[in-house]
Amino acid sequence: MGEAVRLRQHVVMTAGDIRRAVRRIAHEIIERNRGVRDVVLVGMRTRGVPLARRLGEAVREFEGEDVPVGALDISLYRDDLPHLGLRPRLYRSDIPADIDGKRVVLVDDVLFTGRTIRAALDALMDYGRPSQVQLAVLVDRGHRELPIRPDYVGKNIPTSRREEVQVRLQEVDGQDEVVILRMEEPVEGED
Amino acid sequence: MRERTEPRGPGAGLREPAQGWRRRHLLDLDELSAAEIELVLETAEAMQEVLGRDVPRVPALRGVTVVNLFYEPSTRTRASFELAAKALSADVVNIAAEASSVKKGESLLDTVRTLQALGAQVLVMRHWQSGAPYLVARHTQMSVINAGDGWHAHPSQALLDIYTMRRHLGDLKGRQVVIVGDIAHSRVARSNVWGLTKLGVQVVLCAPPTLLPPGLLPGRPTDEPSPFPPVTVETDLARALEGADVVMALRLQRERMEAGLLPSLREYIRLYQVNEERLALARPGALVMHPGPMNEGVEISPGAARSAQAVIEEQVANGVAVRMALLYLLTQEGGSRA
Repeated sequence: MGEAVRLRQHVVMTAGDIRRAVRRIAHEIIERNRGVRDVVLVGMRTRGVPLARRLGEAVREFEGEDVPVGALDISLYRDDLPHLGLRPRLYRSDIPADIDGKRVVLVDDVLFTGRTIRAALDALMDYGRPSQVQLAVLVDRGHRELPIRPDYVGKNIPTSRREEVQVRLQEVDGQDEVVILRMEEPVEGED
Repeated sequence: MRERTEPRGPGAGLREPAQGWRRRHLLDLDELSAAEIELVLETAEAMQEVLGRDVPRVPALRGVTVVNLFYEPSTRTRASFELAAKALSADVVNIAAEASSVKKGESLLDTVRTLQALGAQVLVMRHWQSGAPYLVARHTQMSVINAGDGWHAHPSQALLDIYTMRRHLGDLKGRQVVIVGDIAHSRVARSNVWGLTKLGVQVVLCAPPTLLPPGLLPGRPTDEPSPFPPVTVETDLARALEGADVVMALRLQRERMEAGLLPSLREYIRLYQVNEERLALARPGALVMHPGPMNEGVEISPGAARSAQAVIEEQVANGVAVRMALLYLLTQEGGSRA
């Protein structure tokens, strides 16, 4: 009797959309920083890391220059753990050499409340003193709880809080796509 | 003579690999699965990165109070847990039993209840009596970490030993680890046997018959229940060292001689000291380990302790990362009682 909650999913970005968004953001990073001198890309675990690598490859293709790419695990900096329950699996952070005086572009898949970015900023500052920190995200889904805004956005996707945005990437999930998952309340009378 | 003992008793054999960490206490390694041990080692890798920074401190355990309750003297273990807790921004309280109400006759459980009432969430505990942390774990809401109980177990030491081996040797499956010395009275040896055998390591225990646990004595009927998972027992050090990837020497306590377990120190040194000539019998580059504190010139020669193969100081340094991993994993919410 209609007890089961149904999960509806629809694709909001295809593999082609993701590829084009990454290449556009790479151009924007180059434009805004007038080249990529002193630029360091830091991907946030898990899916920010392959995105940062892809941005790095696109930058090299456009500018012929290598940009250092790092990985940041922010589990040790989160303030929402008591609400989440289980500790996330911890991975090793890998920040390229020295970020003092560098322009660090933080890369993440989805920007939501901003709390993860707040934690990432804390973590980053423990590694050094960048001259500037910029934020690149593939999807901005709104609902910010902190004064944080992205500098580069792949796609703005207005969502309700009951929806979930999932970014799937080849390197982690075996395919490229962005989907919205929506729980549907069982409707009275419907089977 | 070489003999194999069969796995017996509770905890023998591999359990189902855990999906993640679901434990509130760490009492010994016999209860952990290989997957859980791997999770600790991987988490310790991430902690090692934190310790390599200019300011080795992260806010993960802010607001958490860790109590070190030590009923036995300890320098490195207590300091190691304290540094680990501080690197995670926890508050640390150190209690040495001699200087506390324990002297006034407060019972172990009273002390534990008091500490819990004061708001501690993690109890790192060392006790001379085997099993004491198990008793405490049954009567408290705190997470209990066994930092050594009697002759029974010292799981964080075994984990840091395993972590150190892994950093040098990679996958440990099929490797051979020789533990030499006073096996009978060694909680370090016991916990290492559990942890290493779960990871597929072939463990060789080498000691004079008087320093082997009764159940492991060579020539003993094999239907007797064994306190250990399968290990090889060897009383001849030269034979034990054949093909060894790791040689771990254990501290020889002076009391053992007074208790009549050893005829003389000279004889022990002659037959069981880990020295440079004997190391040549192991695999080239075999790691030399010691849980500390060392009696140089007794169970290990100064030359062996300072050789390029020795990783004894690294063991101490790695201990902080491993204990950070334990504190991080054990303080998560919603862990089931284990």
